[in-house]
Amino acid sequence: MNEMQVKGTLTKEEKEKAYSQIASVIDLYKNKEGSLIQILHLAQEIYGHLPLELQEFISMNMDIPLSEVSGVVSFYSFFSTVPRGEHTIRVCLGTACYVRGGKKIVEYLQERLGVELGGTTSDGKFTFEIARCIGACGLAPAMMIDDTVYKQVNVNKLDKILDQY
Amino acid sequence: MVNLTINNQKIVAEEGLTIMEAAKRNHIHIPSLCYMKDVHQIGACRICVVEVEGAKTLQASCLAQIAEGMVVRTNTEKVRKARKVLYELMLSDHSQDCLTCARNQSCEFQALGKELGVDDSRFEGKRSPFHVDASASITRDMTKCILCRRCVTVCNEIQEVGALNPQNRGFNTEISPAMNLPIGKANCALCGQCTVVCPVGALKETSSTQKVWNAINDPEIRTVVQVAPAVRVALGEEFGMPTGSRVTGKMAAALRRMGFDDIFDTNFTADLTIIEEGTEFLTRVQNALTGKGAVLPMITSCSPGWVKFIEHNYADQLSHLSTCKSPHTMLGALVKSYYAEKIQADPKSMYVVSVMPCTAKKYEIERDEMKNDGNKNVDAVITTRELAEMIKSAGIDFTTLPEEEFDNPLGMSTGAADIFGLTGGVMEAALRTVYELVTGRELPFDGLHVTPIVGLDQVKAATITITDTLPEYKFLEGVDVKVAVTSGLAGARQLMEEIAKGESPYHFIEVMGCPSGCIMGGGQPRSDDPDVREKRLSKLYEEDEGKTLRKSHDNPYIKSLYEEYLGEPNGHKSHELLHTHYVKRGKFNELTKENFVVEIDDFTKRRAAQALSQDTKAAAAVKLPPESLPPKIFELEAENRRLKNELQDTQETVDIMKSVLSKYTKQG
Repeated sequence: MNEMQVKGTLTKEEKEKAYSQIASVIDLYKNKEGSLIQILHLAQEIYGHLPLELQEFISMNMDIPLSEVSGVVSFYSFFSTVPRGEHTIRVCLGTACYVRGGKKIVEYLQERLGVELGGTTSDGKFTFEIARCIGACGLAPAMMIDDTVYKQVNVNKLDKILDQY
Repeated sequence: MVNLTINNQKIVAEEGLTIMEAAKRNHIHIPSLCYMKDVHQIGACRICVVEVEGAKTLQASCLAQIAEGMVVRTNTEKVRKARKVLYELMLSDHSQDCLTCARNQSCEFQALGKELGVDDSRFEGKRSPFHVDASASITRDMTKCILCRRCVTVCNEIQEVGALNPQNRGFNTEISPAMNLPIGKANCALCGQCTVVCPVGALKETSSTQKVWNAINDPEIRTVVQVAPAVRVALGEEFGMPTGSRVTGKMAAALRRMGFDDIFDTNFTADLTIIEEGTEFLTRVQNALTGKGAVLPMITSCSPGWVKFIEHNYADQLSHLSTCKSPHTMLGALVKSYYAEKIQADPKSMYVVSVMPCTAKKYEIERDEMKNDGNKNVDAVITTRELAEMIKSAGIDFTTLPEEEFDNPLGMSTGAADIFGLTGGVMEAALRTVYELVTGRELPFDGLHVTPIVGLDQVKAATITITDTLPEYKFLEGVDVKVAVTSGLAGARQLMEEIAKGESPYHFIEVMGCPSGCIMGGGQPRSDDPDVREKRLSKLYEEDEGKTLRKSHDNPYIKSLYEEYLGEPNGHKSHELLHTHYVKRGKFNELTKENFVVEIDDFTKRRAAQALSQDTKAAAAVKLPPESLPPKIFELEAENRRLKNELQDTQETVDIMKSVLSKYTKQG
């Protein structure tokens, strides 16, 4: 996990570093058609989220209208324009996970973290989202924290899992 | 050629045509909504679906190309049912305030419902959130948007401005500037081309009609009106007259009957612009040729959409713009100085209204640069469409009006001023005067038309060699003056890129913000005539050719204006009243705090409040139990529902387990 993603607000140096990293990403992909999504994806990984200012930077450097960049950012739920938590929890609510009790996990997490779906905890630790099938139906109900998949989760296991972070 | 059958009719059509086009050429009409020939064919609305034999699903005929042996049916029961369902689905998320909508009876969506015979609205439910965003020029009413995306195509592909694009997804999709910024704060040129193509009332000019009526009705206020050149070949269309009808005289008569005190003509200051801009150009060229240095090419500044575009996108190149104000603000400035003095009126009691083919002029008059002594040069701008609306509501029978004249001293103009309204016109008018000023001879072109820059191409260029100059212009002897003309912001971008790179070969460039110039401006009547451009263009040239005086410097009132008041072109007084400067806005508006967001009108506020209360009512209806039943019952019912759900969940799990087990047993 990139260290940049840890903080919601970056210092000036970190910001400059992030922007120059993003600039080199743009240089790399700029001339390939349809590379905007890829660039946004990497930019979010580097910067943590995609605020308007950063979208302007990408728009300017790629020579794509800002409204188009923002259109893509707002279309995909993966992109975020507000700072995200240190870790992202994604509870799968695909058919299998739903049937095996994914909803109960969501309800429990909402209560324990004190946030609505899509929200970030006040200590900035977790951003809580749902996913529409992560392709781990055999492990249902599944959930992801960052890149780690947790299988056959139930309410009793949840505290232990969260305590690891 | 391709052989196909449409509705049992054997048809031979050119290869590469869409089903829609092939049908049209054979007089078979397929209903459509978002389709705009050659401009917008993306199958967004799917109203034009047809049945194609062998195809699994209905095909959008604006996209599907014809093929050999194809069998198409455009009006089967299946097709008609599908169209109705599509229509009703769109209708279910449309505000349906038709009676109070500006587009009532000129709405393409409304007309389509009638055409399809829609007599039911079966889909009810959630509506997109209420959102109306007003700028000085354009109002976006997103409760009416049907997501046809015509505006997106025009903004991104025709104008290459890219201010509007779809934001968010699914039910929350909204056509909007980035991050749902208000349009007045975005890098929009406010050219209004989107308002011309919008089939419904979602995109329209911000109305100024009531403001104007208020001024007319106030006996203390002297109302002065002026009309841009392009209006006179388009206004008639709103009254059912043929496309491009010249209605200059009727228009003056109508304005008089509406109650304006002075009926002036923006054409007058178009002539004045030529003198001022021509002089500015000659000074720049002289400075460049005599080593004093000057910024060339000089670019025209009459089009406020274009001015806003360059202020956003090429903020470092603003010195290329002529310092001349646009003609209607010049006239406003003169009304409140020269004319006010003449009639001994207090400029503060005068109200100047401009009738423009343009939405950008509405924001232009709000700029600080368009004020003198803190007084706005022009107080209100109405579009051609708004004027038509006002004439109708005043009960004036436009078509039977007599031909009347504009008032003097600010109402007379030469033919050179008329062509300000079409692409190439400002350049031609300028050349007629500049060439004659420098050589003492008339411009050496047939009928004074600079043929290479006449027409509707995106970028046009011409070279004029200057010979046998008058003694005071010796520095121009043998010089090739290179000029370019473009209309539409995509063409402007092309020329600006050259300038930014330092590669522009031109001395003088004319830019009009709208494709084909003001005749196709964002405030002009919406036309379904495919030849509308050509017709308005040729009629405006006719207006020019019909005049005895066709060169701006021949206008006697311009001469006396300089003698009586201004002194000399580009003199002190001119600079104070007729010239201006520009603002660096930055590509994303980051260099200025100025924005053109305005408050929504009271009626819209009431609608917003209504929508909100409906939302809360709907929400409340779901949550609150009817009061007649005791609460205990609801508690029990809720518990019952919860248990039932749980049982269902468990049963589903059991079923899945069973099926997995039985599969294994079978295998085993």
